[in-house]
Amino acid sequence: MERPLRLIAANPLDALARVVEALLVVASAPLSADELCEAADESAERVETALGLLAERYREGRSGIVLEQVAGGWAFRASRDAADACARLFERPVQRGLSQAALETAAIVAYLGPVSRPEIARIRGVAADSAVAGLVERGLIAEAGRDDGAGGAVRYRTTPLFERVFGLESLSALPRLDDLGADAEQIRERLAGVAEQRTA
Amino acid sequence: MVVRELELDLDAFEGPFDLLLTLVLREELDLAEIDVAAIVVAFIERLAERKELDLEACGEFLVLVAALLELKARALFPDEEGELADLGPEEAAEELARRLAEYRRMKEAAAWLSERLGETRDRFFRLGPAPLAPQPDRKLAPQEAESLAAALRALAVAPPQVSLSHMALRFPPVTLFLERFRALLRKRRLFDFDSEVGGLSRVEVAVAFLALLELRKQGEIAIQQAAPFAPIRIARADVERSLPWNVRSA
Repeated sequence: MERPLRLIAANPLDALARVVEALLVVASAPLSADELCEAADESAERVETALGLLAERYREGRSGIVLEQVAGGWAFRASRDAADACARLFERPVQRGLSQAALETAAIVAYLGPVSRPEIARIRGVAADSAVAGLVERGLIAEAGRDDGAGGAVRYRTTPLFERVFGLESLSALPRLDDLGADAEQIRERLAGVAEQRTA
Repeated sequence: MVVRELELDLDAFEGPFDLLLTLVLREELDLAEIDVAAIVVAFIERLAERKELDLEACGEFLVLVAALLELKARALFPDEEGELADLGPEEAAEELARRLAEYRRMKEAAAWLSERLGETRDRFFRLGPAPLAPQPDRKLAPQEAESLAAALRALAVAPPQVSLSHMALRFPPVTLFLERFRALLRKRRLFDFDSEVGGLSRVEVAVAFLALLELRKQGEIAIQQAAPFAPIRIARADVERSLPWNVRSA
């Protein structure tokens, strides 16, 4: 008699792990824990445990497929060992990198979104139209309503693809803004310094 | 050093400074798209290549860039002039510092993202069709299968054939009328245009008239009309001389 191929032998969660594994293989975008629970018709706790088992099975260095927690859900990706081979056949969504303007615009949308083009232009000091259009085309940001109801400027926010491309579990995985760069106090002091030199 | 020949390589523009100014003044280039700081950097780099400080070039550049900046500020914040004008010097400095700090943080965030992008360069994943925007729920009212079928059946009926007959403008050849008129003139010395073309279509009448003009050009006929819209009379050319109509008599 043929024995079924066992993923995790002798584990009571074996069947559920296989179902979750199957769901993740079919999915084209990360699946949230809620979606997995609903599809598998199981409790959150058991699905979490099954995901833990799968994460151990599909981890970097052990398997060509790696299970990762990204963009608010779980998804399979290729292992890093296979990156060169993958690159010969496939292209990542942002293979050719992003311009400085696009990166700054993406950062503003990620931190302050939903945010409109005039607001982005105000912060960057340069019109944001082409940078915004480029990011929309790449699917990294998308429209999210308008300022003050109808007639206002279109607002943008980042997409799940943004989180995926930058390998973020969610937007809250971004570093805190306060930890970044000089604060207003420092800049104010430097401005004051310049002003003093000029009047001297 | 000639400021106007300063070569620029910006995101939105590539070429000499002079051309940039021309395009901006003609409003063919949106100043809001131009990174003025990059122009300044390009100028300073060129300046640094020289041993002596070219004060004349510096002065000219300062004037041009200041004008550019003012234009750009107006283009970017057309309705903000009043708001900022109300601020005292200290408040304005405060506001400037706040904005600079905000931008600095975003630049840092951009650098962090760029670094992150490098780190995830070797992570490939499956990309489904547009998982981007959340799909709105399409809530349809409950439908009867039969009414749906009826609607589909109505759509499936071939639409009535549209008649294109009115679009076919047939142009009879001019030669047809040339021959007809010549034959007529062999039998009769005179004829009335209207009576000959009566019953013909508008297009045919027009072609017949063209034939008439052609005959006149050849010198085969003489054409007379007493007044606008009066009957057009045609006579053989040799007849005309011996038998002229009096215009007033028509």
